[in-house]
Amino acid sequence: MISYVLRGGVLLSAAVILCGITLAAVTRDTGYAPIQPHHLPDILAFHPAAGPGYFPTAPAAVLQAALIGKPYAIIGLGMLLLIATPVLRVALSVVFFLAQRDWLYAGITVFVLTVLLASLIVGVG
Amino acid sequence: MEPITFSAILFGASVLAGALGALLGLGGGVIIVPVLTLMAGLNIHYAIGASIVSVIATSSGAAATYVRDRITNLRLGMFLEIATTTGAVIGALVAGWLPGRVLSVVFGLVLVHAAWTMFRSPQEDVPAGVVGSPLATRLRLHGEYFDPSLRRQVKYQITGVPEGFGMMWLAGLISGLLGIGSGVFKVIAMDIMMRAPLKVSTTTSNFMIGVTAAASAGIYFLRGDIHPFIAAPVALGILLGTVAGTHLLLHLRGAAIRKVFLVVLIVVALQMIWRGIQGTIR
Repeated sequence: MISYVLRGGVLLSAAVILCGITLAAVTRDTGYAPIQPHHLPDILAFHPAAGPGYFPTAPAAVLQAALIGKPYAIIGLGMLLLIATPVLRVALSVVFFLAQRDWLYAGITVFVLTVLLASLIVGVG
Repeated sequence: MEPITFSAILFGASVLAGALGALLGLGGGVIIVPVLTLMAGLNIHYAIGASIVSVIATSSGAAATYVRDRITNLRLGMFLEIATTTGAVIGALVAGWLPGRVLSVVFGLVLVHAAWTMFRSPQEDVPAGVVGSPLATRLRLHGEYFDPSLRRQVKYQITGVPEGFGMMWLAGLISGLLGIGSGVFKVIAMDIMMRAPLKVSTTTSNFMIGVTAAASAGIYFLRGDIHPFIAAPVALGILLGTVAGTHLLLHLRGAAIRKVFLVVLIVVALQMIWRGIQGTIR
């Protein structure tokens, strides 16, 4: 059961990412500042100008922009879905251990889930 | 170069990296990061960001099969994830302020170690006469599984919990720092330190890699290291390459060609160390 969730999550996020790439390639628009041939050196070098502004990084902004069809936000949404897939797996494992009345491992799993969710909070700060 | 041409090249290279990673049993991340930094001249922070999402995709997608699920020790994996996830969060935070050249040197050292470990012949499959430690018994880490090749039920006991836990923390730290699965370290912790059978170590390690990677990938995403222009073709390419590699190249495992690739990988790793020391890595 859990492995189906994993595979489903990966396939779904891969499909979303593929949609974003295809949309960006067809419309020749990322939904953000366009990437021109002369931007490539900046992007390769991790120049600040090639970072924020070219794509969204805040989950709320990603979701909002993906819903109105901005290609790079759709890719970002796919990435977030991919990152959420193992988190969902851990959440399901909590249920699994609770159903088995395995309190020790339900507790351990809740701890792991907390670390995963907390990483998103430390990441912002 | 047109950006779209560059994307296509990234995708092609990632398919090859994924297939090669599956063939060597090392994972695609450990191969694509040197390719992106040494050959494409990409900043290592973007390379690591693209790699960490590929790690989630391949460990969660390609690994899930019924047989492997039966062998995976869920309790052992979940217990050790306390160590790997906390290590990974710290690794990802530290990577944010380390200069690229330092990351390159550390990456090279880890890659040399991993390639060398894979180069040597594997250990005995099921260690005999292991007496489980009291702590492992209290945590109910011992287990059993049906081995399809031995055609019997294998019972095993776990020992060395503190050492294994420490090694796992290190594995998580390296995973978060370098954006790789660090499966080799996870297998060392379970196989050598905790004396689990090799099949249990590898399947449980695979189960853990995705969760460990998710602990650092969120930090990379929020920091803006996961650039759609780079991470999208790389993640899809590695996923495709890994699936193809696992299906097509399985019979090449253990063959001489594998050792040739591993030697090439050690040379690549030395180059990452050298370029990092020189400071010609971005």
